[in-house]
Amino acid sequence: MYRSQHLALKYFAAAITLLGVMTLAGLMSAYYYINPDFLAGLLPFNIAKILHIDTLVIWLLMGFMGSIYWFLPEELGREPIGIRAAELLFYVFCAAVAVVAVVFIFVQHGSSNETALWLINQGRKYVEAPRWAALGVVVIMVVFAYNVIGTAIAAKKTTGIITVLIVDLVPLLLLYLDAFPAISNMSEDLFWWWWLVHLWVEATWEVLIGCIMALALMQLLGTSRRIVEAWLYIEVALVLGTGILGLGHHYFWIGTPNYWLTIGGFFSALEPLPLLGMVIHAVYDAGAQHMRTTNRPALFWMMAEAFGNFIGGGVWGFMITLPQVNLYAHGTQWTVSHGHFAFWGAYACGVISVVYLVLQKARNLTLVDGPLWKWSFAALNIGLVGMVGALLVSGFTQAFVERAIGGSTLEAFIAGQENPWFMEGMVVRFLLGIVFTVGYVVLVWDLLALGRRVPAVAAASPAE
Amino acid sequence: MRFFDDPAFWRAGAISTIVVMSVVLIMLTIDSLAAITPGGSHVPPYTVINQHIDYKFVAERGIEVPVIGAAEPLFGTALDTAAATELIGQGKMVVQSRACMDCHTFFGSGAYYAPDLTKAWLDPAWESWQSITGADTREGAMVKFLMDPEQYRTWTRSMPNLAITEAEARATVAYLKWVSAVDTNGFPPNFAHIQTNR
Repeated sequence: MYRSQHLALKYFAAAITLLGVMTLAGLMSAYYYINPDFLAGLLPFNIAKILHIDTLVIWLLMGFMGSIYWFLPEELGREPIGIRAAELLFYVFCAAVAVVAVVFIFVQHGSSNETALWLINQGRKYVEAPRWAALGVVVIMVVFAYNVIGTAIAAKKTTGIITVLIVDLVPLLLLYLDAFPAISNMSEDLFWWWWLVHLWVEATWEVLIGCIMALALMQLLGTSRRIVEAWLYIEVALVLGTGILGLGHHYFWIGTPNYWLTIGGFFSALEPLPLLGMVIHAVYDAGAQHMRTTNRPALFWMMAEAFGNFIGGGVWGFMITLPQVNLYAHGTQWTVSHGHFAFWGAYACGVISVVYLVLQKARNLTLVDGPLWKWSFAALNIGLVGMVGALLVSGFTQAFVERAIGGSTLEAFIAGQENPWFMEGMVVRFLLGIVFTVGYVVLVWDLLALGRRVPAVAAASPAE
Repeated sequence: MRFFDDPAFWRAGAISTIVVMSVVLIMLTIDSLAAITPGGSHVPPYTVINQHIDYKFVAERGIEVPVIGAAEPLFGTALDTAAATELIGQGKMVVQSRACMDCHTFFGSGAYYAPDLTKAWLDPAWESWQSITGADTREGAMVKFLMDPEQYRTWTRSMPNLAITEAEARATVAYLKWVSAVDTNGFPPNFAHIQTNR
């Protein structure tokens, strides 16, 4: 194994650990809706929420980085350049995440000055981490980009997938620079914030996971490079062709001109197309191989990624993306329903698939199968889809009671939140969150036990 | 090999698509930034806090829009551009340092645990809160609430005490008043009708 691949294993361990923190913080955030006095005086809702969404970003980022550190040396046939710096920065990254979490939990807020933004909390959703930590992320991403680009230069070769990855790293890095400003004008602040959030999540991250899935598909199903690269280019064209101006669906209500209603509505309505393409691609490849694989959990998680991305990101997103609907759905639990489904389908399932694939190689397993992964697969997906359904019920209730009937005042907000349908959704969401948590525990158990079960399973036919 | 079997064909398509879409986005960004600059076509100058603000249905656009009225200085004192800009800047720093948007939303963006603040300045609830807090004015009630929200708990969920000073509370109220004057293409819907009915 290359040193880079040992580093990949560390990144995966950190990512799966943070997935656990995210799950726990999510469960806490869900419980506040049922018992608002939960941890009163100790930990307000917003801190639990910050821990939930920031660990979401970080565990996925670590999962992506682990995936690239695993595939890069195999793709280019050499140890990545600057691997020592990358190894060092992994520990810095983990330490910084821990320090930021401790500051969030125990310090929580500062006064209204620049010092608070530098040291405690920036207070901008998804990028709440204080500026020193955000600077650290920039350094880590620069070194990551150096690892990829430097290795391609040193190897004097590249592949279509690596070229797409290199081109994608540029906007990925540049857009993150928007994690720092504190613009007084909320309209302008949100205008640029959406460049970061949307063009990361619905553009550069989609391309990144597309590259990772392309690399994984070649190993998992033996799909030819020519087919994988052609599909990757198609996906890039469709993702960015619809996603760049699809950014406009975030500009309906932030003070921007009303032409964004038409442009954003039109292009974001097309955004499911590339996601549908991914489903066709995955089903075609899996069918061509007659679902034969030596790694069933990796295959199933990859299929979950394709379908979850299309349904959660595409269909659920389309449901609220036209401005006539979005006027009532925006900023309700309906949005939260879409957010959970989309992040899960688009990214989480893909990262878990790669983790199974990598562990098979790292532990030299002939066959990866068994009962545990099925239980975790079922619990995680039933839990997640159940939460999405429950949030949808609550979101519908809010859209009707608070927005359409009540008129969005404080009184209308309270009427919506206290409506029995809303509360039932919140209770069911919490219960399904517990199912999801059980699935997470089984997932960790399975990942840890994977090698130990192998001798017994490996005796079976490797080509099921 | 057919042309659509060749990855190079799709690569060319991807590159040209990205270039075209990026150019269009940059052009629209330039236009939008002009519109959302304070004093632009959609975002009021910070000195709007010196005036009365309402939110009314405009038939030609088919939506509610902010209506800027006669002089109505916040806290009874009119501010010049520099002072208003400084106050609004401090208000935004309060919003960020207390992570308000991880409970509340502005323009519907943020978290969803607490009410949207886009039109909070115009909310009819402040009328009753004036009597609860013993304040003479709407802005006075808002300042008292922000400084000690746990004392003025309104329902099962209570806003935590975020150690907001009086100066910070006044800046936050100024920020909310300014935000309520932003033209948000009719978001949130129906708000003005509720006010009219009352």
